[in-house]
This record gives sequence, structure tokens and C-alpha cells, in this order.
Amino acid sequence: MNIMGLYEDKRKRTHTPEGYELLTLESGHLEYDFHWHLGYCWSKFLAGLKEQRFLATKCSQCGAVYMLPRQVCGRCFLEMDEWVEVGPEGTLEGFTIVRFPYIDPNHGGMMQVPFTSIWVNLDGASTRMMHYCNEYDEKNLVVGSRLRAVWAEERTGSIHDVSHFEIIK
Amino acid sequence: MGKRVGIIGVGQTHHAAKRLDASGVEIIAEAVTRALDDAALTIADIDAMVIGNMDHFENINYVDMWAVDGLGACMKPVFKVTTGGTTGTTVGACGYYHCASGLFDVVLAVGWEKNSESDTQAAIATCSNPALERDFFAGAIGPLATEYSMYMKAYGATEEDAAIVAARDRNNALNNPYAHSRQQVTVEDVLKSPMLSYPIKFLDMCPRSDGACAVIFAVEEKAKRLCAKPAWVHASVVRHDYTHFGDLEWTFMPTLERASAEAYKLAGITNPLKEFDVAELYLPASTCGVKWMDSLWFCEHGEAPKLVRKGTFQMDGELPINPSGGVISTNPIGATGLIRVGEAAWQIMGRAGARQVENVRKALATGFGGCSWSDVMILGADLP
Repeated sequence: MNIMGLYEDKRKRTHTPEGYELLTLESGHLEYDFHWHLGYCWSKFLAGLKEQRFLATKCSQCGAVYMLPRQVCGRCFLEMDEWVEVGPEGTLEGFTIVRFPYIDPNHGGMMQVPFTSIWVNLDGASTRMMHYCNEYDEKNLVVGSRLRAVWAEERTGSIHDVSHFEIIK
Repeated sequence: MGKRVGIIGVGQTHHAAKRLDASGVEIIAEAVTRALDDAALTIADIDAMVIGNMDHFENINYVDMWAVDGLGACMKPVFKVTTGGTTGTTVGACGYYHCASGLFDVVLAVGWEKNSESDTQAAIATCSNPALERDFFAGAIGPLATEYSMYMKAYGATEEDAAIVAARDRNNALNNPYAHSRQQVTVEDVLKSPMLSYPIKFLDMCPRSDGACAVIFAVEEKAKRLCAKPAWVHASVVRHDYTHFGDLEWTFMPTLERASAEAYKLAGITNPLKEFDVAELYLPASTCGVKWMDSLWFCEHGEAPKLVRKGTFQMDGELPINPSGGVISTNPIGATGLIRVGEAAWQIMGRAGARQVENVRKALATGFGGCSWSDVMILGADLP
């Protein structure tokens, strides 16, 4: 009975009790493609970025201006049909400088570190958006700092049409 | 209000960075067998089961199919639940709901994960919007690091406050034979450990573990008959928040604040710091062990660093938190929340071994998931 050793601490085992090596099956590199449909709001938002404009949606009930825009105000559960332009300057509300490398789920390669991930509250918006900042020293990053969007030279209708945010000195 | 329900058995595996000795289904069998033995039951006594994990960590879907043997679920009703980090506590909540509904008498809840089988950060990053947020989101660590940057700015909390929490949980794990990471560390060690993502350092952050946990819930009549000292469920509450990371309030934790307020109301708790004897909290990073204390109503917003510095949450303090070593010592993600529930239950049942807190009458367990939602479960030695 109890061949599996259900009560033993087997954490350090490398072989079965009979002496067979404990095996791992390597999957090899798995890759498959997805096609995410961005719908009305995000398509319009990304088209706005291409024109160097931040387009947000506004709730007619609570007045919240959502950046990132979306169709329904979560608090009010009400459809929003008013668009307002916010930014391109804003306030740094939180940040981290990522120094550990991990696999980028976009393509399976390693993330380039360090990178600075920020939450920026664009002027006129009630919520924040995430993006990059080109400052990698925590001593120079102060919550409350003013930031400005830096546009990519080639814009394709992607979140990377904003290259990053920079601190306004 | 549903039927009254008690926890009558808990089982967990010996957790590790890599459990090469056992497949996913074998670690599930380990936890289930140990829980059945803890409750002195056989699989025939189980009316239904709930199981959960995060599929994208193992890239094997349908655990409710392939783990049936190890789960003991042949010809029984099985429900799979997966809610990110809270999977374990939600599995527990569903076990409770099953019994409380009056439709099932004895229900087995199982959470498990084989985190070593893939890259955890890449898998977690798939929780965020691929077009708008994923590139800027650094797995589990990014938002936790960012929220603490905001909390430090708002209230003058420090990296050292977090290090005190890290040292507490890690040293507590020395008393837990199941814990994955068991190492004696000082506050200084934590502060000197490599920076992962400012301000979170290596020893501040949870590991990724292989492991499983199983908890058996029973309705009042059965629980009384089957168990000398059940851990009664006094409240189980879940709260979710907005979709996008930037939508959330980050200087406190709204879902934890709302879920715990509702749970305290249901359980008749008015002064949580005094009334709880122990807490097993899902703190994925030591920084949460500072910031989130505000949101559990232990103190006013911004006061948590003072309590942490005073030793309030140490084993000999007013409210010991994480005698097991917590999440930063053991983190098989789909099981992590259920381990909180199981450890809290063992504290009530007096079965927590070297990590037992004396005379526990009321215990608090929490779960954290995504960004940011919260599960809260309150257990008691007395019937609710």
C-alpha cells in the first residue's frame, strides 16, 4: 500500500523508488497566433493616437473620463457616447523600474530590461494609463512629476504610437 | 443566509520550486488523500468537488477531466473554478457555497499548481489587455511595485517596512514543514537582496511553487458528527473591481476594504485587530503586508507602517499574521489561496503544529487576484 508515498517528503527525489529517472517532457517552442478584435472604442482610440490625439470616453452620469476609453462606465453600468480629448501632458502617479528579465508573451523572446513602467494621469482624465518612461533611475522619478507624451515617428495605430513619456524639466 | 458549514479536514503537499517526483495529477492525489485522512473520511463520503488552477501555467486544459483519478471524482459532480490569484480562495468559497446551499453535505475543494512547468511571469502577463497594457505590465510584480511607490509617497512608508514583513513571513516558515522556502533572514538581508522591480527586492517577493491543497467542507449536522472541532465558516465574501490597471485606486485596496467590511458585518466583527486571533493573508509581496493592513480595517489609511514597526503582526504580537510563512514562502498559485483557508482552519482546529497560535477562536483568511480583486473568509471555533 501507499506506493506513491503520499505522506513522505519527496521533494528532493530525482529517481523513482525502483531507480528509474524522474522524467520531464520538453514541449519545444510552442507558438500560435491570436487575432484579437479591438472593437469600436479601442479602434477609435488607436486611430486617435496615429493623429497624436488621446481620445477618452466620458460618462454622462458620474462624469468620469476614461483613459483608456471603453464603451461602458463600470461604476454606473451605463453606455458612454461622449468623446473628449485629454493629455498629451499628465502627472506621474506610480512607477516601477523592472530589472528582472522574463519571457515576453508577445513573441516568446526575453523582455529587454530595465524598463520603467508608469501609471500616468493625463490632464483631463479621471483614470490612468500605463506606459513607459525613459528614466531608469528611481532617484529621478518622483510621484507627482509632470510628464509629456513623446510620439513615435512612424505611427501605425498602436499603443506604441506613443513612444514613451518623458519628465518635463 | 444558507446552512451553517464547517471545515472538517485539510491536506496539503510538501511544496517546492519543482516537484519532479510527482505529476500534476499525483500532487492532487497527495493533497486529497491527506485531507481525507485529516478528516478520517474516505472518498465515498464526498458528495461533490470543486477544483481550480490557472491553465496557462501548465498549458494543459481541463484539469476537471485529466485529474479525475487523482481527485477521486469518478461519477461525482466536479466544478472547475479559475479566478487568477484568488483561484484557491474562490475554490474554498465555492466549496462553502455548495454546502451552504443545502444541495450537498460534504464537499471537497482542491487548488493546485505546477508553476515550474512554465514561465510564470509570461503566463501572468496574459491577464492584461494585449493591445493596450500588456507591454507595460511586468507580470505580478509590476503593479505591486507601482502601488507601493504610490503608498510610500502618500504616507511615508519605507522599503524597510516591507523588509520587516518579509523577514517575519520568511522566519515563520521555519516552523512549517510544508513550506517551499524556509530560510532564516534578517531585515538587512531583505534590503540587500537584488532589486527585481523597484521597490520590490528578491526576498520581498513570493516564489513560484509546485503544490496542492485540499479542504473538506461539511454542513452543520455532518460536521458535528464527523469532526470534534470543526472550523466554522462565519463569512465568505468576494469583491471584484474595474478592468484596466489605471482605473483602480492604488493608495489603498478597495476590493479588500469592501470585501472585509462585508465579511466583518456578517461575522459580527467590530474590532478586527482585537477580535481575530490569527490571520493567514494572501500577501504576494511584503509591500502588501504593509499597505493592505489599512484596507483590512486594522488601522486608518497610512497607519500600517506604525503597526508593522511595533511588531503587532509578529508571532508574539497582538495579531499574528502568516504563521505558515505566507505566500512569500510558498506559492503554488491555484493552491495559494486555499492554503490560507486551510492554515486558518488548522489554527482553529489546533492542528497547526509548531506554527500553532494558542487558543485561536477567530481566524481571517484572504485571497488576492488579478488587479485587483479580493476574497475574504472568516473562520471561527464557535458556531456562527
